[in-house]
Amino acid sequence: MKLKGTQILLEVLKEENADIIFGYPGGTVLDIYDQLYKSDLKHILVRHEQGAVHAADGYARATGKVGVCLVTSGPGATNTVTGIATANMDSIPLVVFTGQVPTSLIGNDAFQECDITGITRPCTKHNFLVRNIEELASTIKEAFHIARSGRPGPVLVDLPKDVMATQTDYDPANIKFRNYEVAHKPAPKKMANVFDMLQAAKKPLIMTGGGVILGKASEELTHLSRKYQIPVTGTLMGLGSFPGSDGLWLGMLGMHGTYYANMAISHCDFLLAVGVRFDDRVTGTIETFAANAKIVHIDIDPSSINKNVTVDLPIIGDTKATLKDLLRFLEEHHYAQDAVSRKTWLDEIDEWREKVPLTYCQNDEIIKPQYVIETLHKLTKGDALITTEVGQNQMWTAQFFQFDRPNSFISSGGLGTMGFGLPAAIGVKCAFPDKHVVDIAGDGSIQMNIQELATAAQYNIAVKIVLLNNGYLGMVRQWQELFYEKRYSHTDMTYAPDFVKLAEAFGIIGLRATKPSEVETVLKQGLSVHKPVLMDFRVSREECVYPMVRPGESISQMTLGSREIIN
Amino acid sequence: MEKKAHVISILVHNKPDVLARIAGTLGGKGYNIDSLCVNTTTQNDISKIVMTTAGSQATVTRIENQLQRLVDVISVDDLTNVESIYREMVLVRLNLTTQNSETVKKAIDMNKWKVIVSGDKYVIVEITGDKTQIDFSLARLEPLGITDITRTGLIALKLED
Repeated sequence: MKLKGTQILLEVLKEENADIIFGYPGGTVLDIYDQLYKSDLKHILVRHEQGAVHAADGYARATGKVGVCLVTSGPGATNTVTGIATANMDSIPLVVFTGQVPTSLIGNDAFQECDITGITRPCTKHNFLVRNIEELASTIKEAFHIARSGRPGPVLVDLPKDVMATQTDYDPANIKFRNYEVAHKPAPKKMANVFDMLQAAKKPLIMTGGGVILGKASEELTHLSRKYQIPVTGTLMGLGSFPGSDGLWLGMLGMHGTYYANMAISHCDFLLAVGVRFDDRVTGTIETFAANAKIVHIDIDPSSINKNVTVDLPIIGDTKATLKDLLRFLEEHHYAQDAVSRKTWLDEIDEWREKVPLTYCQNDEIIKPQYVIETLHKLTKGDALITTEVGQNQMWTAQFFQFDRPNSFISSGGLGTMGFGLPAAIGVKCAFPDKHVVDIAGDGSIQMNIQELATAAQYNIAVKIVLLNNGYLGMVRQWQELFYEKRYSHTDMTYAPDFVKLAEAFGIIGLRATKPSEVETVLKQGLSVHKPVLMDFRVSREECVYPMVRPGESISQMTLGSREIIN
Repeated sequence: MEKKAHVISILVHNKPDVLARIAGTLGGKGYNIDSLCVNTTTQNDISKIVMTTAGSQATVTRIENQLQRLVDVISVDDLTNVESIYREMVLVRLNLTTQNSETVKKAIDMNKWKVIVSGDKYVIVEITGDKTQIDFSLARLEPLGITDITRTGLIALKLED
């Protein structure tokens, strides 16, 4: 069967079960868009290419599938870079198609030409420039395979205009590409080591990360914890991988982790770290991180091992398969925890939990951002897919919205990209039209991709924006308050649009709450309509996120705001 | 930790960007490449890259892991801790004048340097050996009046698999 490049692209997308593309047309992709016009493949027209990548990213995080975007060459391609780097840091599978000038013009500084494979080399898992039509089908197949195999990540495929206009024979049954899948190798000796360490431990702790969600290993991790009564803390990316409502859950650890999670890390004598990479926001000073513990680190990527924290036992492997092996080994060898020592450990944690719970003071006058998030959790009964922007809004969400299921907390962890939440929510809502999808935003970050309100309006993608509006770049202001003697250098965002009017101008619903008594009403109203809604909550301006570990300190040294307890 | 030179042998798929990817991965993470040699193997679609870098064992392990993550990298082998042979080659051009031509010719004979081309005004010699041998020869060539040299990166081969 003879097909044109543009047809082959859509054929392979169909084969790869891509059911939605987030994109933006332009000169070099006109032919592809012409083909899309004749196809029934769903395409969402975003308003900025960065939004396309974040939307595909949100879609991928919520579904576990590969997200797909399509943009034009030059500025279209460079606009995707922040989105790609965001996905790369969090290991999210994406395939980003960029148009390219015809092969005869590459290198000539042609109109809208840029070396996008060169630019994205350090922030993709891999990328391709398709130089001739014969390699088109196999390259696209390979791109999807690379994106989802092993430690997932974004793959960029650059498509020169002339290649896409050329015809070639297309036989879907005969597309060859390299296989990168690494077969899981059980490591019984290592399992025996874990067994011994666990047996010797009096204060064991599990630390769960994004790799547990990506590896679909939540069930195994939850089973391990519950069966052997091992408490669990998690990184930002790990939220949802263990039920937040479970008594063994200690909340997030790290810079804005709970007091009890950070204390547990500092006092545990055995740490099973699964699918984490020991980011500096998690560890505080490396020397004091889990200093009393034997550390076992399970991760699929060898380059994550001993990168930041030197561990006692690294196990390289798929999180799900490895946890299964471990569960089987513990069962076969009749591991049983010492009930007395385990109770003492859990009691010790509970004492920390009672001493410094996660809390805030809500009065009748001013809305506290934490209250908005707690109320949102109450009203949705936690049955919602939440995206966030970056900063205080993200940390309060991590602290105060209990995530019970994997793939329900969608946030830019590694890169910390402001402007992620709204387009990501659009992508999530496209995948789950019947679920509540809420972007918990700040007034700074929402303005970074606010144009995507038009996308939501055009397709009636009923995302809900909970805007915690404090008129500041809140997290930067917090650092200025704590470390720069309140010199609020360029963080005051009081000059901002009227967000309710702005929402209306975009054709979506705008609501506002200025008093605590209005919070529940506005949320109920916003959640009840099947339309995109922006809810502007005027919150306490100088509220800080606590606990906080100051940069360069041990995570057991926490600043607790008004309830100053330093250990 | 002790810093020392490590010779890393990398098998890669012979793709257009592969060297850029490897150089970028190392450069982007702050590691330096001291010497580099690339060519195809007996298979045209597979190349071998031999690279010298300096660092502690931990750093070099990190480099190996980072390289291993690249899709086009087939295998990464640190030859430093196994028995291997090392070779470099240098091409040297010496200018011949009426004053020095006798001295140069004597030196070439005495040191058994391999002459590749010789003319009235110049002679080009080729020297192959490990780093010490080459450094030694270059020291002897220097006083004769070197006008240009090209030195390859280090290549290496394990004695056994």
